[in-house]
Amino acid sequence: MKDAHRMNSELTIGAERRIRKVALLGNPNSGKTTLFNALTGLNQKVGNFPGVTVDKKTGTCRLPGGQSVEIVDLPGIYSLYPKSLDEQVVLDVLLHPGGKDYPDAVVVVADAANLKRHLLLCTQLIDLGIPLLLVLNMVDVAEKEGIVVDVEQLRHLLGVEVITTNARKGTGVAQLKERLPHLQPPQRSFYEVAPLIDSYFEASVKEHLPPGLSAYGQWLCIHLFERLSFLSESQKDAIQRAILHAKKPFKALNLQREEILHRYEQIDAILEKTLHKKESKGSYSRLTALLDRWLLHPVAGYVTFLLVLLLIFQSVFTWASVPMDWIDASFSDFVNWVHEQGGDSLWVSFVADGLLAGLGGILVFVPQIAILFLLLGILEETGYMARVAVLMDKVMRQFGLNGRSVVPLVSGVACAIPAIMAARTIPNAKERLITMMVVPLMSCSARLPVYTVLVALAVPDTLLWGWLSLQGLVMLALYLLGTLMSLVVAWLLNRFLRMEQGRSFFMLEMPLYRLPRWHNLLLTVWEKARTFVVEAGKVILLISILIWALSSFGPGNAMEEAEAQVRAQMQGQFAPAAIENAVASARLEQSYAGHLGRIIEPAIRPLGYDWKIGIALISSFAAREVFVGTISTIYSIGSEDEMTIVERLRSEVNPRTGEPVFNFATSVSLLLFYAFAMQCMSTMAVMYRETNGWKYPLLQLLYMSAIAYISAWAAYQWLS
Amino acid sequence: MNRRSVADLRKGERARIVALLDEQLSVKLFELGFLPNTWVELVFVAPLGDPIGVRINESYQLSLRKEEAKTILIAS
Repeated sequence: MKDAHRMNSELTIGAERRIRKVALLGNPNSGKTTLFNALTGLNQKVGNFPGVTVDKKTGTCRLPGGQSVEIVDLPGIYSLYPKSLDEQVVLDVLLHPGGKDYPDAVVVVADAANLKRHLLLCTQLIDLGIPLLLVLNMVDVAEKEGIVVDVEQLRHLLGVEVITTNARKGTGVAQLKERLPHLQPPQRSFYEVAPLIDSYFEASVKEHLPPGLSAYGQWLCIHLFERLSFLSESQKDAIQRAILHAKKPFKALNLQREEILHRYEQIDAILEKTLHKKESKGSYSRLTALLDRWLLHPVAGYVTFLLVLLLIFQSVFTWASVPMDWIDASFSDFVNWVHEQGGDSLWVSFVADGLLAGLGGILVFVPQIAILFLLLGILEETGYMARVAVLMDKVMRQFGLNGRSVVPLVSGVACAIPAIMAARTIPNAKERLITMMVVPLMSCSARLPVYTVLVALAVPDTLLWGWLSLQGLVMLALYLLGTLMSLVVAWLLNRFLRMEQGRSFFMLEMPLYRLPRWHNLLLTVWEKARTFVVEAGKVILLISILIWALSSFGPGNAMEEAEAQVRAQMQGQFAPAAIENAVASARLEQSYAGHLGRIIEPAIRPLGYDWKIGIALISSFAAREVFVGTISTIYSIGSEDEMTIVERLRSEVNPRTGEPVFNFATSVSLLLFYAFAMQCMSTMAVMYRETNGWKYPLLQLLYMSAIAYISAWAAYQWLS
Repeated sequence: MNRRSVADLRKGERARIVALLDEQLSVKLFELGFLPNTWVELVFVAPLGDPIGVRINESYQLSLRKEEAKTILIAS
């Protein structure tokens, strides 16, 4: 006790403690992320908290004095009693003073217009005893709603530093930076738990709690010990025993209720003295009510939702095609140029057909991914996504899902990996698992390039009524097909998956509608595009090079023999171009890739694929987007003309039948195969991490492959 | 015995919360601001009848399922 006191006075009186790491906390929708972006700009990186895949966003903030602090953006929470996995992480950080992520100070962001609820978290954090600064955000919105905050008085009554910001406009950020290095521990606590702990437990319980915690921190540890990842099994056992042998029955939920009500009473008393109401028109909330009447209307609501989806797909398909075509054409020019300059050597072939072709295959997706994430970001930022959850909750429940599953499912259209991670906000374990299991059936952006090529082959490029692209419509149908299948599978899983039911709840905040913050959006888009290029790019590039090697070399000198044989047969009777084509084809047939393709050909012939497509299937097992790269690598070997991928594929003829390889039936069969097959190593890795085992990722791989094979087979047999 | 809950509110109707019935849910509901003596107003009902949207203390909106709303008793 004495020691603790001395330590405390050292902290406050002694030379300023160095503040190196600051955690950013706040309720969801408090404007926390905007503030994080304002503080760190482009100096941010996304990592993981140890052991879990919850995104950990950290950034560096330069202070006016020249030094810099590390800012950690923790997930949004309502209180320190976590309900979902996302919230759990916050406690793992804040209750572990010896931990790597333990902050030297916390910045709490509160929405000035909803101060009462937002201060609940703030008073809990104050009781942790960490130096703290309260940021009142969106003061301007509050004032328009008629709420004026007496900041000076609030500072006095809370006993902590308080500043106001408008993170959207960037005001107050400079002041925040100035105050950061001088933060002090709070002057007093709000809810005294030290006597409470003593009334329940022997003093020895504290030996099993992490050192360096305030009394309230210890109290939280006792409440939440089961789920705190940093406690050892023996520590957990000791706390469990202490609870069993408590001096009086320890009713955690009752105590939590009492605490929260008590805190609210104190907050009420403070707000009585600090909040002043003015007359106001309440323009923001009135606009929101008006929009909600429309967007949640029984008919107009769903029609609008469908139109929004249609708009997304049309724009992804049509807007993105301009830069995509440009990138595709530039790379194809570049590859030809390298061939012309370099002549006919193995190295030139490696650079042009392996490296550059693979690189082009990565960069060509960037416009689509950027546009998709931009549009999804706008829906999230404006507050519309929460309405979609409301619109869909009852429907989703029929399939064993939750209204909150809509965000992961819709995000699944961009990429299954963040989407599976987004399922963590679903509090019910079974609903969460089912959501994760079906998310990869949503057509992700990696399928887009595959669809783009195949749809272009199967569907004529015409406009309906002069404006609606038929290809865009088919794309929409593919996305709907993926959605439909995910619902069917969810329904089946809900019926047949045996697991603890647990409690399902929804409870979701409906933020006011607002304009998106472009700065936030652009940062998100930049982050996603970069991650795609780096992470997916590594895999794609590697596989592209591997495919090049497999198709450039063969066992023994079989390739050379095949070439010599073709040349001897065709010499003088055919045009040189035709001979070169036949030579390339014969060489590929004898290469390692050709052998692999032939091995699986019997299995895929019923689906309408030849061994060349077989090579593409094998190579896209790890990442489906590799399909386009592989297909272009395989077929570029046969032609030297300046043709884009689609033109090249369309001209490809099956030497056996004389028919185009990519006829209607084969293209549709391939489309279905790629719509349903798993083909993503990263998704499996994330599933493994999120479910803590191989059971569910393997089940996912199995059921998706089965659906893919059967539907592709059925389509080909029916259409051909 | 026929005590009214938030689930019984008519659109636009306002009432004062008196008690929360469900122990497990109540901590979460408290955090979101469903406190005894606060005002709730039914703002919208989702197109399929569930979930519903309420406004708390004339300041912010939340959406919750009817099943959850049933655990929140209001003064009649």
